[in-house]
Amino acid sequence: MFTYRIHGQTVPVPEQAPPPQEGPEYADRLAEFEARIARGEKIEPTDWMPEEYRRQLIRMISQHAHSEIVGMLPEGQWIPHAPTLRRKLILIAKVQDEGGHGQLLYRAAETLGVTREEMIEAFLAGKAKYSVVFNYPALTWADVAAIGLLIDGAAVVNQLMLAQGSYGPYARAMKRICYEESFHIKQGYDAFVALATGTPAQRQMIQEAVNRWWYPALMLFGPPDRDSVHTPTLLRWRIKTKTNDELRQEFVDQYAPMVLRLGLTIPDPNLRYDPEAGHWRFSEPDWEEFWRVIKGNGPCNAERMAARRRAHEEGRWVREALAAKAARGTNGGGNGRYAMASV
Amino acid sequence: MFLQEKRGEPHVHVGAVHAPDPEMAFILAKEQFVRRGRCVSLWVVPAEAIYASRAEDAEELFSSALEKEYREPRGFRVAERVRRWMERHGESLPDA
Repeated sequence: MFTYRIHGQTVPVPEQAPPPQEGPEYADRLAEFEARIARGEKIEPTDWMPEEYRRQLIRMISQHAHSEIVGMLPEGQWIPHAPTLRRKLILIAKVQDEGGHGQLLYRAAETLGVTREEMIEAFLAGKAKYSVVFNYPALTWADVAAIGLLIDGAAVVNQLMLAQGSYGPYARAMKRICYEESFHIKQGYDAFVALATGTPAQRQMIQEAVNRWWYPALMLFGPPDRDSVHTPTLLRWRIKTKTNDELRQEFVDQYAPMVLRLGLTIPDPNLRYDPEAGHWRFSEPDWEEFWRVIKGNGPCNAERMAARRRAHEEGRWVREALAAKAARGTNGGGNGRYAMASV
Repeated sequence: MFLQEKRGEPHVHVGAVHAPDPEMAFILAKEQFVRRGRCVSLWVVPAEAIYASRAEDAEELFSSALEKEYREPRGFRVAERVRRWMERHGESLPDA
């Protein structure tokens, strides 16, 4: 029987619905696959894997990739309005990193047999999800700082867990991404602290941004465990190694003190430290709002999708030109910039 | 030849062999590079499929990345700033 730990307690994973594949050979392969995972070994693309494992990974990695790409939009809008040249350079670097993360993740998903085109088409058709948090607007510069600290902070809590996951290509991508994300949090915290230790007007700005981003940050971890249909399967195969609620708790324990010690408040009357448990107690986000925004009715869903569709259309000629050039066999080599590798 | 020593690790370039086709290259690679030590996966890639930068271009191509300290987590001195602010304002964590 599989178990997982939640808030320090060992809990059994509920029995799975029977998988689509059957037969004695399947049972043997599944046993071998699960034993490998139980030993803490990674699954690599050439390994046999249950179809459900493949399906769940494709769903998760592609959603993650879409989130990175859409995540460029709320902050990208602030690049022309950054308060100093240094902040502008930092923000450009950060947004470019997010684009790179999207590429790494699409590539990791491709090792599972889905094509990049299929994933992007599903996304543009509105059939694939992306993180709910990017459907909220970045109204002021302080929102950029709050996103950098709270949203990137939440993302790293999640991604450090994913880097421990069982699928090799995804875990490898996560290691690289977490390294870059640690810069994102640092720059967010730096911008956050600059405002929080600034003039009364600046402090008010950052306080209002915290009020706007606290609950979206909690939402980033997904629905509560009691409503998360995928969680038992994901834990069983170590696609995830912690539940949404465990990660949310980890985030609050880590980030609530960072906000409070600057004399700012968090918009939760129930937030308090529980010394016995060694954890912060907090209110859950409004899950009705969460489902409403996931289903497309958040403040910025239409704007984000429109921006992605426009970018996809406007980039079409570039993709076509590159493909045509590659088809003619004239790609690279001839311009003297690159040499053949002498290995 | 790219060799993966352990599941979960990246494939790492370990060397090259001279062979007329991928199958032969694979056999030679196994004999030459996997005679001892661990290997869980081996990739054979034709050398002409690899585009490489020239040594003399490395400075121009890559050195500017080193100047961009603002892209590194260590490029920020924020902890110090928070500590100074807390000292000035006598701020401490409620109940923690």
